[in-house]
Amino acid sequence: MNAQTKQLPKPPGKLKHALTFVIVLFLLWGSAVQTEASFGRLISGIPNMWDLLKEMFPPNWAYFDNIVNPMLDTIRMAIAGTTIGAIFAIPLSILAANNMVRSPWVYQIARFILNLLRTIPDLLLAAIFVAIFGLGLIPGILALAVFSVGLIAKLTYESLETIDRGPLEAMTSVGASKLQWIAFGVVPQILPHFISYVLYTFEINVRAAAVLGLVGAGGIGLYYEKTLGFLEYDKTNSIILLTLAVVLAIDYFSTKLREKLL
Amino acid sequence: MNRNRWLRWLIVIALVLIYVWTFWDIRFSGIKETAGKITRSIIQGIFSPDWDYVYLPDGEDLLRGLLDTLAIAALGTFISAVLCIPFAFWAAASRNKSKALSGAGKFVLSFIRTFPEIVMALLFIKAVGPGSFAGALALGLHSIGMLGKLFSEEVENMDAGPTEALIATGASRLQVLWFAVIPQVLPGFLSYTLYRFEINVRSATILGIIGAGGIGTPLIFALTTRHWDRVGIILLGIIVTVTLIDLISGYFRRKLA
Amino acid sequence: MIELRNVSKTYPNGTKGLSNINLTFEKGEFVVIVGLSGAGKSTLLRSINRLHEITEGEIRIDGKSITAAKGAELRRIRRDIGMVFQSFNLVKRSSVLRNVLAGRVGYHSGLRTLFGFPKADIHLALQALDRVNIAEKAYIRADQLSGGQQQRVAIARVLAQEAKIILADEPVASLDPLTTKQVMDDLKRINQELGITTIVNLHYIDLAREYATRIVGLRAGEVVFDGPVSEATDERFAEIYGRPIQEDELLGEKSL
Repeated sequence: MNAQTKQLPKPPGKLKHALTFVIVLFLLWGSAVQTEASFGRLISGIPNMWDLLKEMFPPNWAYFDNIVNPMLDTIRMAIAGTTIGAIFAIPLSILAANNMVRSPWVYQIARFILNLLRTIPDLLLAAIFVAIFGLGLIPGILALAVFSVGLIAKLTYESLETIDRGPLEAMTSVGASKLQWIAFGVVPQILPHFISYVLYTFEINVRAAAVLGLVGAGGIGLYYEKTLGFLEYDKTNSIILLTLAVVLAIDYFSTKLREKLL
Repeated sequence: MNRNRWLRWLIVIALVLIYVWTFWDIRFSGIKETAGKITRSIIQGIFSPDWDYVYLPDGEDLLRGLLDTLAIAALGTFISAVLCIPFAFWAAASRNKSKALSGAGKFVLSFIRTFPEIVMALLFIKAVGPGSFAGALALGLHSIGMLGKLFSEEVENMDAGPTEALIATGASRLQVLWFAVIPQVLPGFLSYTLYRFEINVRSATILGIIGAGGIGTPLIFALTTRHWDRVGIILLGIIVTVTLIDLISGYFRRKLA
Repeated sequence: MIELRNVSKTYPNGTKGLSNINLTFEKGEFVVIVGLSGAGKSTLLRSINRLHEITEGEIRIDGKSITAAKGAELRRIRRDIGMVFQSFNLVKRSSVLRNVLAGRVGYHSGLRTLFGFPKADIHLALQALDRVNIAEKAYIRADQLSGGQQQRVAIARVLAQEAKIILADEPVASLDPLTTKQVMDDLKRINQELGITTIVNLHYIDLAREYATRIVGLRAGEVVFDGPVSEATDERFAEIYGRPIQEDELLGEKSL
């Protein structure tokens, strides 16, 4: 068959791609201008960074004694915040799943609330709670709790919408009350996922908790302020290393647990 | 079955111990008497915000602060997207690579991810001075950790078939990359980059607290000087901006799927 | 012309994938390789273009040893060999045309192909698509085609490669009976019209008998049968398989 006599297909237009590319480039260029980015500044600043890094090593090993307790406080903050968040996330995630509630009004509003909870970053929330409740661990726990509700509920409701209908229909057909329906139809399916999300959020919260002290919300973050203020960078490094060690350890165990669950 | 029950009891006891330890010593010094008053003031501030602050002709207003924040997030995300690609390939496990090699890559990414952004920002302030540039660099470096991990998983989950087919036609390594690997992983890369941008917008709002630019600085200032109406308008501004960015980004991410 | 001399493949754990294979394939033949799963059909086919490495022996393509070739030379030899896979192995998100053009990469340097293909290549690719009657789908995303259509695109890729040899590894295993016939017809037609040596791994015995001129039977990595279709009786097949033929080894079309 002669390819010329047949109508050969036309290649699709490239205009949309080119336009997108140009717009993205423009936005990037604008961002660079706005932040006064300059390669020169970066290069000339490297010696300063290097000096700083030199001062950080070796880390101040003696300082570890001072910061172990605050580190434990940090971990407790994370546990408490995650737990409180998880508890509140349970009803919220059910309300936000479109296969758990009939009325679109309910789940749209629930999702809206969840999104709202996740727009304000945890450090800002902590700063606000410090203004309300004063210094200490409480504002940190509350900030983490608010953040956790948002994250856990979002992950959970997305999971809920994909669970198997079978057990749910079975529960409806035996005439279960709404609570029983949830307890026997939903919970067994969603529990491993839920716990996995809680652990994941806990991992994130430990990292976040380590910094909240910067705004006065307790934990090891307070010591960043102190050591940096006094230019004791070797102590700062101790804080960083301890945080690193703790986070890596918790990440490791949390990931192992999550693998076992799913 | 006895072993399972045993295990379950162990978990319950461990959890109880953990929670007792957690809540035991929390200094609950009682809610300050002023707490209620302040909360009310903040809520008032949110509902009758300082609209004048939105646009001031001489600069230092809400819009400029938000723009700054967005710029930091955009530049930071771009830097990380570009720089994390080699890390992603380093960390991706594959049949033709030693586990030690990809394990090392994964560890490096984990290390970068764990390093607090705030601390990175402080380091960069030392290098390039306070301001938005330091913030963008800090975000850029930190994001490599998470983006690199997601990218590397994308590469790992890629279908190996087209790669095999390209090799069979006599393609060089570069050609295999360009024709078989990149078309498969690119949509995922772009989607994750947009996702990271959403998160970075939030992070960028915080950086101001330590002087790395963005809307964080005016917010903390307003909090400490008890300008509740200004706090209100800034919070509203942040909520609106983040929500808008999420919507736009979500739209594009759906188109990529 | 493909020569396999004393080819063996022993895996690190000791199992023998291929055992002392000696085979010669002449230009223009249409050979079908049969055998149980695990008999070594796939290993044999993939050794020919060195997707699998052999541990002993030598394989020569048109006089040049592919076993000893390296780098650019290896790629040059591979360029002349086209492969059709059971799972098609198309890049799902790319267009059909781009998938076919991938067959041309061996003809240009790496850097050149990054910037697009010359018009001659595009024309060739479109003609290849035309030969398998699927040119109208050139700009459609590959994953929007049916299985049979995707396999035809894969064949078009091999044609665009201007390959002298086609290796097909269970090309129809994922297809329904009607599409199977279409794809096998395409392969046969290309073999006859263009004189391309074609070696096909097949699972179905009646299909093998219908399309092959020569059948090679493998069992436990060894060649246990090598002869024209007329000699491939049911009894000989039972020998190849080590047991009588089973139901699922016949495609079972009464009249196609």
